[in-house]
Amino acid sequence: MNTTIIGFAYLLSGVLFILALKGLSSPVSARKGNTYGMLGMAIAVATTLYKGYVENEDLQLSSYTNIIIAVAIGGIFGSILARKISMTALPQLVAAFHSLVGLAAVFVAIGAYKNPGAFFDGGIISTGSMIEMSLGLAIGAITFSGSVIAFAKLQGLVSGNPLVFKGQHLINLVIFLGILALIYMTAVDPMDPTTEQYFWAIVGLSFFIGFLVVLPIGGADMPVVVSMLNSYSGWAACGIGFTLQNTALIITGALVGSSGAILSYIMCKGMNRSIVSVLLGGFGGDSDAAAVAAAGGPKGNVKQGSADDASFIMSNAQKVIIVPGYGMAVSQAQHALREMCDILKSKGVEVRYAIHPVAGRMPGHMNVLLAEANVPYDEVFELEEINHEFATADVAFVIGANDVTNPLAKTDPQSPIYGMPILDVEKAATTLFLKRSMASGYAGVDNDLFFRDKTMMLLGDAKKTTEEIVQALNMS
Amino acid sequence: MDFLSLFSIFVLSVFVGFYVVWGVTPALHSPLLAVTNAISSVIIVGGLIAAVASEGLIDLSSTMGLIAVLLASVNIFGGFMVAQRMLAMFKKKK
Repeated sequence: MNTTIIGFAYLLSGVLFILALKGLSSPVSARKGNTYGMLGMAIAVATTLYKGYVENEDLQLSSYTNIIIAVAIGGIFGSILARKISMTALPQLVAAFHSLVGLAAVFVAIGAYKNPGAFFDGGIISTGSMIEMSLGLAIGAITFSGSVIAFAKLQGLVSGNPLVFKGQHLINLVIFLGILALIYMTAVDPMDPTTEQYFWAIVGLSFFIGFLVVLPIGGADMPVVVSMLNSYSGWAACGIGFTLQNTALIITGALVGSSGAILSYIMCKGMNRSIVSVLLGGFGGDSDAAAVAAAGGPKGNVKQGSADDASFIMSNAQKVIIVPGYGMAVSQAQHALREMCDILKSKGVEVRYAIHPVAGRMPGHMNVLLAEANVPYDEVFELEEINHEFATADVAFVIGANDVTNPLAKTDPQSPIYGMPILDVEKAATTLFLKRSMASGYAGVDNDLFFRDKTMMLLGDAKKTTEEIVQALNMS
Repeated sequence: MDFLSLFSIFVLSVFVGFYVVWGVTPALHSPLLAVTNAISSVIIVGGLIAAVASEGLIDLSSTMGLIAVLLASVNIFGGFMVAQRMLAMFKKKK
């Protein structure tokens, strides 16, 4: 009887998680979806505690006290983080959260290995369970160390440049095969105490390969890495779910795993790169470093403009399309930008926002920043939705983006960014570029748009420049 | 439950995930990351099992379990709350 109720409860929590993701199909239903998610989690936790209460004869109150303390500490810490974090630092936060899921999976696996009585029928770990558990353990450990590196890169603690050395891929391959061999060796006879050393070796090697895999990946490829680690954290949960024979964990793990995989795919497609080439790494450092490498002197005449020029051009326009990029996030220009657009709208100018799929450091990064600045989401459009509109726009206002506008992606088969879908800003009557410098983007490619007659460059900090434009607009 | 039943659940869930996530609007991809993060912390279940089984004694297994519970809690609370915060910002034109 009890097992049936418990089974149903876990199933219910899995279904609620599906509804939580389903809600995200539109901003209107998303908040409700989030509530379903929380409900699902509460049910899963309550069910597990109830199950522990029913099944353990020697249950001690102190175990529950310890759990409450652990949840309280974690919960308070998590809540404070979630409240205080600035929206520009979201990618780091997500990476940090992924690392915690990975580490939790590792600890659960160790806990199950050291106390099989609590986890397995008759206290015997079968070969099958051991394989599932070690897979969960290995993927969890890789998620942890990979996310730590991703966090360090996003936070600027480690250089965003790809770290490549000779024989890297060979070493990774050897370690990877080593982990598989160790899983085999532990799983042949999991209850044999002499295999414990292999178990710990899996932990160590998996942590190590997680570092190695993410280190060579450049800062600009971080949207893919973040999505990929998201996917890994799901598969780790799945592995543990199989071990515990827990449907809620398996369902959720599969959902998260496929979600992360889809996001990785979308991000790769947005850059026209294969997931393999991203994972092999070595591409795309931070824009500053790439700029030094590409600094070969000017390639033509650049028309520089002032905030007054920009204000004049835009207030006489009928339609302005804003193209935000990572540079907007770095200089936190989104609020000034929205203010600028409000003034333009009050002058009768039609304003829209165009978002490239890989703009920023995580999927959907720009959308969140614009939403934070109170930009209504029905003014914000994805690449496919808005790209044809540049031809009828008077001004394309590019703030902190570069490569995603580079027409070379369409015309030059030699270019590293060839084939990448781009926003057709060159079709607008005038293109305004807000940039820190004339540096090339992360791909190290010059953007020949900078040298066209229709283009005007506004060099300097994006936020400062935008504020100057706001002032100029207010004066006119 | 036998392996085949669990595996069936797994395969079907991958398909459900596939179709549901393709339905997520690209504008909400960041909240999607936060929410998936929070729900994958359902791994807390494993930590709870290890922690409950301690029988009042703190051994390696239950300590691992408690740490897992703590880490997952950070994620559960943090993930759902940051998703909530993001979603609250998405507003329509007035």
